[in-house]
Amino acid sequence: MKIIAFAESTHGSETGSRFKKVAFEAVQAAVRLAAELGGEAEALVIGNGVRNIAAELGGYGMKKVYVVDDKRLGLYSSTAYAKVVAKAAGDLAADVVFFPATALGKDLAPRVAVKLKAGLAADCVALKAENGTLTATRPVYAGKGLIDVRINSAKKVFTLRPNVFSTSATNGSAAAVEDLSVSLEEADFSSRVTALTVAKAGRPDLTEADIIVSGGRGLGGPEHFDIVERLADVLGAAVGASRAAVDAGWRPHEDQVGQTGKTVSPSLYVAVAISGAIQHLAGMSSSKYIVAINKDKEAPIFQIADYGIVADAFEVLPELTSELKKALGKD
Amino acid sequence: MKLFVCVNQVPDTETKVKVGQDGKTIDRSEINLILNPYDEFAIEAALQLKDKFGGEVTYVSAGGDSHKEVIRKSLAMGGDKGIHIKTDSAGDSYSTAAILASALKDSGADIIFFGKQSIDYDDSAVGTMVAEMLGLPSASVVVKIDADEGAKKVICEREVEGGKETVELSLPCVITAQKGLNEPRYPSLKGIMAAKSKPIQEISAAPAEPLTEVIGMRKPAAKQGGRILGTDKSAVPELVRLLHEEAKVI
Repeated sequence: MKIIAFAESTHGSETGSRFKKVAFEAVQAAVRLAAELGGEAEALVIGNGVRNIAAELGGYGMKKVYVVDDKRLGLYSSTAYAKVVAKAAGDLAADVVFFPATALGKDLAPRVAVKLKAGLAADCVALKAENGTLTATRPVYAGKGLIDVRINSAKKVFTLRPNVFSTSATNGSAAAVEDLSVSLEEADFSSRVTALTVAKAGRPDLTEADIIVSGGRGLGGPEHFDIVERLADVLGAAVGASRAAVDAGWRPHEDQVGQTGKTVSPSLYVAVAISGAIQHLAGMSSSKYIVAINKDKEAPIFQIADYGIVADAFEVLPELTSELKKALGKD
Repeated sequence: MKLFVCVNQVPDTETKVKVGQDGKTIDRSEINLILNPYDEFAIEAALQLKDKFGGEVTYVSAGGDSHKEVIRKSLAMGGDKGIHIKTDSAGDSYSTAAILASALKDSGADIIFFGKQSIDYDDSAVGTMVAEMLGLPSASVVVKIDADEGAKKVICEREVEGGKETVELSLPCVITAQKGLNEPRYPSLKGIMAAKSKPIQEISAAPAEPLTEVIGMRKPAAKQGGRILGTDKSAVPELVRLLHEEAKVI
């Protein structure tokens, strides 16, 4: 029994590629579960200029890392990446492949699953070794329900929700690194990324953030999101929004948290002037800690908040921002 | 252009989820079924391409008889015809993709659209699986489309963590639509009337076995309603203390 963890990196730059946190999450989950199943775990890294970072995965318990380093893989290609991963999984006789449930992983895993004739369990929040196989737990209906899933095909593909599987710090060990060769032709790039535009530099992405501060309709207008942004800046947090705020045109669509937006699981979620419609709660209630600030004490958000303040956000938020600045020594 | 949109029927976002008697699926007794919200962006994208380049829009949905409703709803927004692939077995993303791919393989489609995910099982997998099964390029979570019929290619933007990727696809291709791609039109009264006489062809599903099995379903542990720390800004120091000492998140 062999598990291959797809270790996602920024995969683009010859000098500065780095692993994403989700790579360590997938690697540690693979090492742990392979041990529990009496099997082995290996990692796969693909991209341009990724060979020189591959050994880092040793610090997270991975002994063997395979690398496909190719200039043409510097930008993502759904078709070419799928060919590379499926070929590697075949050559390495992998039974199971783990991907992170990121934009890349969610695009790549379905293609690899089809190539391997493997069942797919997507966006898993827990994986258990049971009776010699893996059982996955995954949210459905945006987290309003959880299902336990078993894959019955010989090959199995799982994607792991970011921020859920634990990681420990690196122990500094280096993994053995080996190159794999996969021949790629022009036709393999029928779907290809030609440019990556980084937006909102300086603030983490919602789905990757450890802390999120979200604003809702109670803020009254787009100009009032400044109090949310100031708090987010002090916390190094991402900024989110309720559907009401997005539909009103106050915030861009990619900021929306909820059933028709992003589902998030940060350590801390601060809901500012958000009442907590069922669709919003579905998208954020798996956050570890929830703070709600709303002047309506009947707002449903208080039913799931760990800490609530029933007051006007315009009164509380500047005070909270300044107290946190002091507490964090950023004053 | 020959455009296809795969549409799905899902429980309304207002649904309070209850586990059904089988212990594996949702209790369907009191739920309101709707057209999957992300499919509306896919439909609008197809209709806009038809407006620009001409051609036809066909909706495809695999499921029980009630799926005719979402095809009819889609036709009310615009487009030409529907294909209802009749199947009563629930399946998983793999078997659903296999059924759709089998129905679409000789369709001559230029672009096959999907919503980026169905809001029931949230797999985000079927559209890209169909692309792989048909040997087509694809882009998922797309927020912008620029099609060039003459050059036989499409330039899309897709949402990724912290930014956007520009994706170039050769035609034919598969695109899965994200919110923000467009503003879906509302069906007009005329559109609703016209939809009633648009053809919906019923075909039987190709045999396809799911590769995954749901063992059980449950509700997530209810989060305990927490403490109200106060009703004005004097509660802030206590909140900061709790975040630091109890929650240890700052």
